[in-house]
Amino acid sequence: MKTAARIYTFLIFLFLYAPIVVLIIFSFNSSSVGSRSVFTGFSLRWYNQLFQDSMLLAALRNTLIIAVVAAAVSTVLGTAAALGITRMNKWLRRVVMDVTNFPMVNPDIVTGVSLMLLFVAGNKLIGGSTLGMTSLIFAHITFCLPYVILSVMPKLRQMDPNLAEAAQDLGCTPRAAFFKVVLPEIMPGIMTGLIMAFTLSIDDFVVSYFTSGTTQTLPIFIYSMTRKRVSPEINALSTCLFGIIIVLLLIINVRTAKDKKSDEAPAKEV
Amino acid sequence: MKRFLAVLLASLLFIGCVPVSAAETETQKPAASTGVTINVYNWGEYISNGQDGSMDVNAEFTKETGIKVNYTTFEDNESLYSKMAGGGADYDVIFPSDYMISKMIRENMLAKLDFNNIPNFKYVDKAYRNQAYDPTNEYSVPYTWGVVGIFYNKKYVKEKVDSWKILWDKKYAGKILMFDNPRDAFGIAQKILGYSFNSQNIDEWNEAAKLLEEQKPLVQAYVMDQIFDKMSSGEAWLAPYYAGDAATLVSENEDIGFAIPTKEGTNFFVDAMCIPAGSKHKAEAEAYINFLCRPDVAAANMETVGYSSPETEAKKLLPEEIQNNPIIYPPESILKNAEAFTALPDDISLQVDTLWAQVKMGGAGQTTTLVLVFVGFFAVYLAIVIWKKIKLKQQK
Repeated sequence: MKTAARIYTFLIFLFLYAPIVVLIIFSFNSSSVGSRSVFTGFSLRWYNQLFQDSMLLAALRNTLIIAVVAAAVSTVLGTAAALGITRMNKWLRRVVMDVTNFPMVNPDIVTGVSLMLLFVAGNKLIGGSTLGMTSLIFAHITFCLPYVILSVMPKLRQMDPNLAEAAQDLGCTPRAAFFKVVLPEIMPGIMTGLIMAFTLSIDDFVVSYFTSGTTQTLPIFIYSMTRKRVSPEINALSTCLFGIIIVLLLIINVRTAKDKKSDEAPAKEV
Repeated sequence: MKRFLAVLLASLLFIGCVPVSAAETETQKPAASTGVTINVYNWGEYISNGQDGSMDVNAEFTKETGIKVNYTTFEDNESLYSKMAGGGADYDVIFPSDYMISKMIRENMLAKLDFNNIPNFKYVDKAYRNQAYDPTNEYSVPYTWGVVGIFYNKKYVKEKVDSWKILWDKKYAGKILMFDNPRDAFGIAQKILGYSFNSQNIDEWNEAAKLLEEQKPLVQAYVMDQIFDKMSSGEAWLAPYYAGDAATLVSENEDIGFAIPTKEGTNFFVDAMCIPAGSKHKAEAEAYINFLCRPDVAAANMETVGYSSPETEAKKLLPEEIQNNPIIYPPESILKNAEAFTALPDDISLQVDTLWAQVKMGGAGQTTTLVLVFVGFFAVYLAIVIWKKIKLKQQK
């Protein structure tokens, strides 16, 4: 039974990771047409080309700026919103949660088109400039927000509601109680929300497509190649991104593991 | 290595040519002002960007004129159109294809060009001016052109490829690829039937759709960019494609051949530079178009992109092997027999989209199956929910 379970797990992982492994292998392919099916030898030429392609790098830069700003802003807003929502009465909380969840279940294309219409109308009204970086950031914050709220809420519910009051009884100001007691308690949820928002923003295509105006993000850039032949530089770039995200996840996991240990250690002493 | 040498030699050639041709054309002093940023919207991978020692065209333009370029890319004419129609994106230079140009002209989406600002238009050969999509040539300056042909694997396809009918040959069932866009796919069927691409007779379109449905069981997949991988790996043996991109694959893989069908004629396409109506930097946009028309710049672009240039002067600057490549510069006889797309009337266009969806998704019969599957799925879901509720009640 145990071996069966192991084989099953192995198969699942194979299914999940085989495409990425293939992609990584082919990013080192020396074939000059950049074939994705015939491996002709090891080379770093696509990595070399990647760092010479100014258009690709510009798209990457846009994507990263948007992802960082959108993730940061939506995390702050989302955490604040989650704090507010938990203090509402049951009925109101339900309504507000349903409303905030709406962008999540709403098809991307509807979100994208409606945001575009809103931005275009707004621009006409105030005579602002065209869509671009700002509208992209706003759009990304919109669809990241529910995910942050959703990952912070459970942590707030798990937390003892009397904790903040207890801290204040022990001499904390309300502000200190929040920053020293409540915030560390819900930190794992906030971090999950942040990472989720970041990755969602990086790979979003549909919403970005409609709200991007004359700014180009990486997914749009890659998609624009599909009429001809997706350049093998993309394999190299994807490999780099995959590596960065793996490292990010590892750091966060190691940190939470450490936190847990330090949490448990004093408990044992007592 | 060979390719690297070729590129190196070519770039040496350019270094030799640039001062001469620059002196000849004398960089224009447009009414354009420096420090402005223009928004350029072009096809993906459709410009020389400085890789492998080629010219970084946008950087070069900024260096010479002081006008900055915000360069972004799209994947097909339809998405270009929807982006333009949606508003909110102010482009200054766009690169639609023939039929999309005529559609945009019809809908007043393009601005008339001031050819005084585009003196290098004189390099564009007469044969490529005043095309059907822009008969008076007021709105567009051709950038590239090409024809459609067929990739074939020489190992498996021994016969002579000179007719589109080979894509309907049962011998090659499961090894045939087809274009994944309606105009190109219908175009092939229409040529076999002897109809015009721009037919306004819906019966002819229906007939073409029927032909495509007949072909469907033989088709391995409807694809665009995957054609390259599937052909080079031998997964597919026959596939239609644009000549400009074909040359690279043919030169890299000796098993792959490319033939332009001579029996029925083929599609001649042009991608041209236009300025959208309402562009805020029209003079700067015209300066950009003028720059791309300069023979040395055009040659650098054509070498990277692989498509054909409408300028003889630019063609002369290309390496011999490209100039003499019959795929990139096919003989006059083929061009005479080639037809270009123009915009279809809206009602025909709508019906074509429906027909294409039917070809790809299958007829009404399959839709019923889909509905049945969905209903079945929903019924099972309902049953589980009800069963759970009943169980819950029993426990209470």
